[in-house]
Amino acid sequence: MPPNEPKVLNRFDITRRLVALLRNEEAVIGGIGNTNFDLWAAGRRPQNFYMLGSMGLAIPIALGVALAQPKRKVIALEGDGSLLMQLGALATIATLRPRNLIMVVMDNRTYQITGSQPTASAFGADFVAIARGAGIAQSDWALDEASFEQLAARALAQDGPAFIAARIDDKPAVATTERDPTLLRDRFMRGLGVRE
Amino acid sequence: MAARGENPAGGSWHAITQQVLKRNQVRLAVYVPDRVLTPLIRALHEDNDFTAFAATREEEALGILTGAWMGGLRGVLMMQTSGFATLPNVLASLAVPYQIPLIMIVSERGTLGEFNLGQAMVCRTMRPVLQSLGIEHHTITRMDELEFILDRSIKQAVATQAPTCLILSPLLTGGKIFSQ
Repeated sequence: MPPNEPKVLNRFDITRRLVALLRNEEAVIGGIGNTNFDLWAAGRRPQNFYMLGSMGLAIPIALGVALAQPKRKVIALEGDGSLLMQLGALATIATLRPRNLIMVVMDNRTYQITGSQPTASAFGADFVAIARGAGIAQSDWALDEASFEQLAARALAQDGPAFIAARIDDKPAVATTERDPTLLRDRFMRGLGVRE
Repeated sequence: MAARGENPAGGSWHAITQQVLKRNQVRLAVYVPDRVLTPLIRALHEDNDFTAFAATREEEALGILTGAWMGGLRGVLMMQTSGFATLPNVLASLAVPYQIPLIMIVSERGTLGEFNLGQAMVCRTMRPVLQSLGIEHHTITRMDELEFILDRSIKQAVATQAPTCLILSPLLTGGKIFSQ
């Protein structure tokens, strides 16, 4: 566990705080379920991508966008259960070291949407230690709301890759994303300037 | 007679594949390693027109290529038969419904001299999965058809915004041979 036990934050609150820091049409990839829903609820942006299945792939998708558009910062919002499903992606990212990639992991220590079964982080798995161990040096726990904003602002201003983990509560997401994959994909591509 | 994978004119399956990918603006090559694909993987690493790297899983590679396509970068996913078998959920939930022209190249194991029972079993699941998801796929067995099938399949994938899968038969590549 981290040396200073991080404060338990709220996913929708810190998602709003993160989105409020975006000034340069940064891309944001929402993972399956609640990270996605709260991103949707935090305000529609054409540079947001909402993943409706494929649990665990928010970070790989963000990596792909980051490789395609190296001048744009790309942020992945992922849950603890989802990250556990695709931990190898952290090692791939440490190998490639994309300077424009930011990962935010929302850790409520449960598979919340499937019935709140505990994840490995409930038993001590520490995502920042895992990310550092994979080779992502710039990996930190957000200790409170101000610390989260500070880490996000630093990641947006400096070269990455950066990994931010936040302990969050068990509050449900505040909205549900529209479920039209082709529309979501097309909007995102236009938001990234790939299509006119 | 020329060995499998080589043709009398001097081309090889991997050189032709590299050229066709390049001609179709494919610039990102993400793979999970495979013995048979090694010459192609090596060639793409050495070619400055490509960014090539290994992913830890085929699903991860599919996610990376989906993001890259949406960001304007065209890529290819290279793997072997058993790796393809890990993909149905992400094909069904990401590549197909989001209409991603994902280009998959599979080195076919499990047939024509397979020595591993698991490979032989999993190979039988590949075409039924592709069929049931409605994914365009071709098995390439002949050098003289490789360029045409690959080139047209990439163009169709992009034009119709749909995944495509090219299965490289041991008849084309020589496959993997049991070492005595």
